[in-house]
Amino acid sequence: MPILHAMQETFGYVPQDAVPLIADAMNLSRAEVHGTFTFYHDFRHEPAGRHIVKVCVAEACQAAGARVTTDKIAKALDCAYGETRPDGQVTLEPIYCLGLCACGPSAMVNGRLVGLIDDEAIDEIAAEVRS
Amino acid sequence: MSVVIYVPCDAAAVAVGADRVAKAFVDGLARRGVEGRVVRNGSRGMVWLEPLVEVVTPAGRVGYGPVKPKDVEALLDGGLLDGAGHDLRLGDVEKIPFFAKQERFTFKRVGVTDPVSLDDYLAHGGYKGLERAIAIGPADTVEEVFNSGLRGRGGAGFPTGIKWRTVAACAPGKKYVVCNADEGDSGTFADRMIMEGDPFQLIEGMTIAGVAVGADMGYVYCRSEYPHAIAAMNKAIEAARKAGYLGSRVAGSDYDFDMQVRVGAGAYVCGEETSLLESLEGRRGLVRAKPPLPAHKGLFGKPTVINNVLSLAAVPFIMSEGAKAYADVGFGRSRGTMPIQLAGNVKYGGLYEIAFGVTLGELVEDVAGGTFTGRDVRAVQVGGPLGAYFPRSLFDTPFDYEAFAKRDGLIGHGGVVIFDDTVDMAKQARFAMEFCSVESCGKCTPCRIGSTRGVEVMDRIIAGVEREKNLAILEDLSHTMKLGSLCALGGFTPYPVMSALTHFPEDFGRGSMPLAAE
Repeated sequence: MPILHAMQETFGYVPQDAVPLIADAMNLSRAEVHGTFTFYHDFRHEPAGRHIVKVCVAEACQAAGARVTTDKIAKALDCAYGETRPDGQVTLEPIYCLGLCACGPSAMVNGRLVGLIDDEAIDEIAAEVRS
Repeated sequence: MSVVIYVPCDAAAVAVGADRVAKAFVDGLARRGVEGRVVRNGSRGMVWLEPLVEVVTPAGRVGYGPVKPKDVEALLDGGLLDGAGHDLRLGDVEKIPFFAKQERFTFKRVGVTDPVSLDDYLAHGGYKGLERAIAIGPADTVEEVFNSGLRGRGGAGFPTGIKWRTVAACAPGKKYVVCNADEGDSGTFADRMIMEGDPFQLIEGMTIAGVAVGADMGYVYCRSEYPHAIAAMNKAIEAARKAGYLGSRVAGSDYDFDMQVRVGAGAYVCGEETSLLESLEGRRGLVRAKPPLPAHKGLFGKPTVINNVLSLAAVPFIMSEGAKAYADVGFGRSRGTMPIQLAGNVKYGGLYEIAFGVTLGELVEDVAGGTFTGRDVRAVQVGGPLGAYFPRSLFDTPFDYEAFAKRDGLIGHGGVVIFDDTVDMAKQARFAMEFCSVESCGKCTPCRIGSTRGVEVMDRIIAGVEREKNLAILEDLSHTMKLGSLCALGGFTPYPVMSALTHFPEDFGRGSMPLAAE
């Protein structure tokens, strides 16, 4: 796992070519490495967009109005959840809980945490993604 | 004179602008030529007041909040450094009712100290617990934890002392201490606050566990969604190692103990202890069948103590103040305190540590002050995505493992998520099934297939297709998942689903039914 994390940190995703190399170095089968790689939501199979927006969709944020907020964000960014916009500008992902449950709805924008998301915050996120 | 200003570094404070506030203070002090420093403390747990800034004055610490970056100049001009009045002035933070009513055992230092300063930790009673554990020896340390009545704070409520006894009784050899910091439940953030606000306490707790059971290596398995917690833990571990509190001959004793942080990768199921161990070993997070118990065959097949962050963080208090001090408070078989997290649509949200026994109604109405939307509270989900939804009629339930179980609920990790009257409980039930299907590890059929079928059945119910027939299927399916699943993910998903159906039948197209007699 630390190797896969390091790969993703360096390349932004885990290239398929890396699987046999890791298997070789760890004395594991390719199937075992592939299994681990594909089990976890975090590891990307392809490069992400220039900006990464992760929006919390779990219950506490839902209670705070996230069902509406998540739709608004998708519309503002013109991107569906789990996808990268065709121009490669942004990747939008759902995330299950950032631990900001008393200040929801919340999101992580390029690694920066945002709580109490309102329309103004959505505009700011959209502006950041345009840059 | 040199001034000290505290601006929290807690992720919840950062999410509402604490970093920018801290920078504004640094700049503001520099511009005025005032000598001073901005300390990034943990959060006091009153999230609605974040960023909550405190300034040290001769009369004590004076709080202001919530402070926005644009408020900083006016605050400085208005005499914040002397604790002067302002619309945002809160006075002594510890006198705010939300704070004053708490019993802070585990969170006593969080928000008070600089989290990554070992000197601060030592000045506030840190490492007294380890000192005593070393003095009285492993066997008595295990008994002390047992006598405190501490139960697993991850949710299962298994007595921590028995776990430790089991591992201690295994033949000497390689053993491990693993800390479960994969706090995936929505509505919970206490583990995060400990790791960000008082990481040394967790390190001390794990070290005591190592001494007690004869383990010399520990791992903290932290979820990847908590980058701030990971950074704070790594910094603290480094400082502890440098000062001789980790490594060989811990604190000058004959015991060796070292530890590392390992980062998860977004799998909820890895909060289940055997799945977590698989993940630590570098594999898919598939749940293991028990027995063997992790205490006998855990990490790499060796005897392993695996405890939640809050369980381990409670240990230094128990060791330094004595088991009795901890066990003296509580309710029934739930001894000590529970750090409860008030979240969701909540007016006064945050962390509230209190002895067991407080009722759900007190928490929701009195402490949390209801919803921030101002609408009526309709449902409260306690214990994360696998916890039951409670209606107002069950607000007299005391916070206690057994009392919640008796009403087909669980306290889990102590998360309380409040919903107002706009919530559609059928949608919440569908979400529970959907969450289970996304996060299922896939090893056992009831969870893997059952959750997918559950989503389909819920879709039909919501669409109004053969409602009664599908509701019967839903009940049957829930029963199968509850009894047939390997772990709590599949086994507990029926809790939110069935509680929603039982207590809010009108949302499922069923007429309001009389509540079952207690």
